[in-house]
Amino acid sequence: MSAAGEPRRRVAGDTPLPHAHPVVDRGAIRLDAPLLDAHLVVDRGAFRLDVPLRVAAGEVVALLGPNGAGKTTALRALAGLHPLTAGHVTLAGVDLDRPARRAWVPTERRPVGVVFQDYLLFPHLTALENVAFGPRRHGVDRRTARETARSWLTRVGLAEHAHRRPRQLSGGQAQRVALARALAVAPSLLLLDEPLAALDARTRLDTRAELHRHLGAHPGAALLVTHDPLDALVLADRLVIVEAGRVVQEGDAATVTARPRTEYVARLVGLNLHRGRADGHTVRVGDGLALTVADRLDGDAFVAFRPSAVALHPTRPEGSPRNTWPATVAGVQRHGDNLRVQLDGPITVAADVTPAAVAQLHLTPGQRVWAAVKAAETHAYPAAG
Amino acid sequence: MRARATRAVRAAVAAAVVVGLVGCGDGAASTPADGAAVTGTVMVFAAASLTESFTRIGRDFEADHPGTSVVFNFAGSSALAAQIAQGAPADVFAAAAPRSMATVTEAGDADGEPAVFARNQLLIAVTEGNPKGVTGLADLTRPGLTVALCAEQVPCGAAARTALDAAAVRLTPVTLEQDVRGALAKVKLGEVDAAVVYRTDAKAAEAEVTAVEFPESAGAVNDYPIVVVAHAPNPAAARAFAAHVRGEQGRAVLTEAGFQTP
Amino acid sequence: MVSRPVAARRRRPGVPVALLLPALLGLVFLVLPLAGLLARAPWGSLPRRLAEPEVLTALRLSLQSATLATLLCLLLGVPLAWLLARVAFPGRRLVRALVTVPLVLPPVVGGVALLLVFGRRGLLGGWLDETFGITLPFSTAGVVLAEAFVAMPFLVIAVEGALRGADQRYEEAAATLGAGPWTTFTHVTLPLVAPGLAAGAVLCWARALGEFGATITFAGNYPGRTQTMPLAVYLALETDLQAAVVLSLMLLAVSVTILAALRDRWITSP
Repeated sequence: MSAAGEPRRRVAGDTPLPHAHPVVDRGAIRLDAPLLDAHLVVDRGAFRLDVPLRVAAGEVVALLGPNGAGKTTALRALAGLHPLTAGHVTLAGVDLDRPARRAWVPTERRPVGVVFQDYLLFPHLTALENVAFGPRRHGVDRRTARETARSWLTRVGLAEHAHRRPRQLSGGQAQRVALARALAVAPSLLLLDEPLAALDARTRLDTRAELHRHLGAHPGAALLVTHDPLDALVLADRLVIVEAGRVVQEGDAATVTARPRTEYVARLVGLNLHRGRADGHTVRVGDGLALTVADRLDGDAFVAFRPSAVALHPTRPEGSPRNTWPATVAGVQRHGDNLRVQLDGPITVAADVTPAAVAQLHLTPGQRVWAAVKAAETHAYPAAG
Repeated sequence: MRARATRAVRAAVAAAVVVGLVGCGDGAASTPADGAAVTGTVMVFAAASLTESFTRIGRDFEADHPGTSVVFNFAGSSALAAQIAQGAPADVFAAAAPRSMATVTEAGDADGEPAVFARNQLLIAVTEGNPKGVTGLADLTRPGLTVALCAEQVPCGAAARTALDAAAVRLTPVTLEQDVRGALAKVKLGEVDAAVVYRTDAKAAEAEVTAVEFPESAGAVNDYPIVVVAHAPNPAAARAFAAHVRGEQGRAVLTEAGFQTP
Repeated sequence: MVSRPVAARRRRPGVPVALLLPALLGLVFLVLPLAGLLARAPWGSLPRRLAEPEVLTALRLSLQSATLATLLCLLLGVPLAWLLARVAFPGRRLVRALVTVPLVLPPVVGGVALLLVFGRRGLLGGWLDETFGITLPFSTAGVVLAEAFVAMPFLVIAVEGALRGADQRYEEAAATLGAGPWTTFTHVTLPLVAPGLAAGAVLCWARALGEFGATITFAGNYPGRTQTMPLAVYLALETDLQAAVVLSLMLLAVSVTILAALRDRWITSP
């Protein structure tokens, strides 16, 4: 096998099965040696990207972050479209880019496939020719390349559109052709740059499900760059969250959604998040507001709760052990079937309430209310580590 | 280049002296026979080969006739004839060939009969110093010798054809140039070894080419006719200018340029 | 039913008079001289004049040399355009300005300049003659060279513009699929700029076809070898205006026919 040798891609045409992978034997995945081992350091003027990244064979990792976080730069560095300033990109044991050792493999010789944000299907070629382009460049003869392409188009359900040009395809179809084109060279690493961003909501739902299926079948590593948390949660096994060029949080979907560590992540997963000091069942947040929490811990801590857990009252509520504080309505927006109320006060929180409650409480900006959250609805966890 | 410039300056000084001498005694010419005052602008359409000599003649004329201004339009004779036929505002037409003049007279665009004011003879212009030892038309057929002629549609080409026929020389040139300057330029640049051109052109370029006279040129002399254009905007000045060209002063300038004058 | 044409007229977007008027004037300005040629054409003697062997020879030579000149321009001009569009090198602005020199230079001067380089005593001409026995002046190759010199800026400028306008991310996409720089250029970049390339080639060909000054200065005028249609037209003007008109019309008709045919073929891509 070529795993230890030069990183030349083999193409699907080499073997009868289009998805057979030359580098990765799924039975022999070793957790201590991920397929992709990268430390991406790119200086671009005042901006510095510094992201360590490890992706195992068969694993799908989502690089999630706001615009300008450096996600696309990271993807371009992995593809060889932008050189690293420092660090390394090592794929299957081969250094594709390591400035310290002057190691550099140009894009066209990296076993990397890319699905670009707006697909970049070659406008002068048919869908079939687009998919066959990669295999042809890897020395496969024309006939075999076309067969490979046809088989991939069939897999993405576009066999009957093989002879259409990109401009005759719908957005969803173009996305699938782009995926087929990237997979037809059987890349060790598949990169997807906002693969669903250009689609309308309805198409996105179907395409996302389909993409999930194909990513599941991909034997190599896959890295998905997105700013859409839903894409990340549905498609990825693991999330790496990047803000301003740095990783701020990393983990599986359950961990990240339950325990966000930054304002951005909390907003992404729809939680109120506050940082404070814990002392047993009490966490002091904001301007000295003491929140009673279900978890018991000490020291630097996060407290998270869902907007729907926040109840609003015209006067201070009596009775059950609740956290209550006076707040001012800053704004009201539609949020699904409910309304989301932004509240100012000792802490800034979002509360989801029914339209009926809004009418009853006369919730308009500037209105003073009391907010309440049950201790059982909160989740507190250490901020360190 | 320097040598040439000096020579030009010297020629200009000589001309100025001549003008000064002749100009004094000729003041009466300001009023021609019919009594109309000679003043204003004279528009002269003249063959391109007259550029240098007519420019000087024009300056002399202006000096002799204060209040006049001579404006030239130098171009190929046939192009000028076509312009006059299309109603261009010309006062005087000086052609390098009777054929172009005929176009104008036949169309009724001439006021009176054209008069020949100069003759131009052909010679062979060769690379400076005559390295190939050309002595006559017959030498031009030697293998390895490249020759430029004018196209037969233009006067210098027609004249060359006459001369070559008279000498019974069958010549294959490498190019048939659109005008005599083009043919001469090819010799100057060394692209051809020889070209059959007018004496005046060879004289103007004598710093860069060597002239070789040949006897058959006597049978292929080119006449330069001049005429006042019918409906000339300034007929009085036009007649005065035509007379000046054919007068003593004009002839002196033309002779110096290499023309023969009648 | 009656109101339909009115409705259709109302729906058409308005054309501002400030644009329409100069547009029409511009068209008239371009077409009127052509009308003049047509009006003066001696239609009666046309077939006889066109059948003259010298005319056909000059026409064939014109078409051949303009086509060869265009091929030469493509061969040299497209890489030059690519260099100007894609490679940032010191002095690029100067080089870009130099490329347009043949546009500004009077063609006759261009012809003299070519003689100074490729002529018998030229910088390269002597060496070419001694080493390879190649002499360019007064040969059909010289005509091609002169036409290419004058016409190449049209191609380079058009292709450079197309290259600058093309989305370079397609080239990145090609690289991720395993295409090296050369394959990317031939398989992706060139097809992407094909319309600009075609437009440039057409401009180049048309300019080469009408070339006069540089050709007569560098290659001279000899029927069958270097006398192209514009040279024949110019010489015809010396003696016979009508013949010149006929030759011009013929050149015009042939070139318009060829360009129209090409446009249908490959300038408007499917």
